[in-house]
Amino acid sequence: MEYKDYYKIMGLKREATQDELKQAYRKLARKYHPDVSKESDAEVKFKEVGEAYEVLKDPEKRAAYDRLGANWKAGQDFQSPPNWDSGFEFSGGGYTGTGAGGFSDFFESLFGGGSGRGGPFNSNSHFNARAQDHHSKVEIDLADTYHGQKKSIRLQSPEYGEDGHVRLRQRTLNVKIPIGVQEGQQIRLVGQGAPSPDGKTKGDLYLEVCFKPHPFYRVEGRNLSMSLPVSPWEAALGATIKMPTPGGMIELKIPAHSNSGTTLRLKGRGIPGEPAGDIYVTLSVMVPNAENEQMQSLYEEMARNTTFNPRAKMGV
Amino acid sequence: MTEQTVYSGIIVDDNTELTLVQLSQATGQPAEWVLELVEEGIIEPICRDSVPWSFHGWSLRRVRIARRLEMDLGVNLAGAALALELLEEVEDMRRRMRQM
Repeated sequence: MEYKDYYKIMGLKREATQDELKQAYRKLARKYHPDVSKESDAEVKFKEVGEAYEVLKDPEKRAAYDRLGANWKAGQDFQSPPNWDSGFEFSGGGYTGTGAGGFSDFFESLFGGGSGRGGPFNSNSHFNARAQDHHSKVEIDLADTYHGQKKSIRLQSPEYGEDGHVRLRQRTLNVKIPIGVQEGQQIRLVGQGAPSPDGKTKGDLYLEVCFKPHPFYRVEGRNLSMSLPVSPWEAALGATIKMPTPGGMIELKIPAHSNSGTTLRLKGRGIPGEPAGDIYVTLSVMVPNAENEQMQSLYEEMARNTTFNPRAKMGV
Repeated sequence: MTEQTVYSGIIVDDNTELTLVQLSQATGQPAEWVLELVEEGIIEPICRDSVPWSFHGWSLRRVRIARRLEMDLGVNLAGAALALELLEEVEDMRRRMRQM
């Protein structure tokens, strides 16, 4: 387990006052809040900051931690890195509301399981007569929304064990991705959330969809856009070329007199739906190198026989 | 061979209508809290005159973000409403920038 320097995470000295701590937390929380931040590792950073604050804001935990810090300064390593698993299933609250179940092993080894603040088992859920919905994120391939693929999704949710400690329950759920689902949309799975305390009803599970980055498609709602490399003669003379789309291979007709920046719209080839999205293909003319004598003479011939001036608009 | 159950979900989109109870359950917050969001203009019932109220599917996202901002950053609902509006504006601008 890895020793965690909570002061370093907060950017504070060990002597920092509670006021300074609160200020530092607010500042970092705003910076890394996953709803607000655009930093790629925001969620991980935010949880780290949340854990550090959880310990340092509580005088008893802080004291315990400080004592430990002095003892472990010798550079002794804790084992096993903290487990920040994606696919963490949590109920209701904020990103910090994952409770102790979402904190690191290091935290748990110090303060045990059930001590998270405002977690899924805080008063409003534990004593709530109603069932609780659960939420998780699911990352899918762009092609999955075209074909309604079956996905195996690993989830973990905190649960009370018989000894009263919180532990993580792992489960795998096979979900059929609905055709036409878009980035940021939620998939509702009825009855897959947490049961109500009396066990009579069950909450729902919401899966927020995000797409894995695609090597050449960008996604905007239901529309896709891409840049398609073409040769100068394909652009000038027109051509029919093969192009892969998430829905399958298609033949694309490039009209004569096209150029770099020419945009073609493939109606209805975007993400399926009513109406289906489109694919926007922007041509990018690639110029081959004059790498041998033959190529060189072709270019020279073009130079002799054309009056083409790419800088005509500049008046030179 | 282990038996595999495949669950099918429904997409919560513009055509989905959510009730007050569903929004409340989705955040683990009492219905009164969701009503406060309506007062702040964070969400809007589809038709104010038809009772019980129902909400567009995209309200779910706003409600959940409002709850997280309130819980994690200590902002009140008016602050969350402002943050949501600004976030959507930033998102819109980023989208336009990508198109340029």
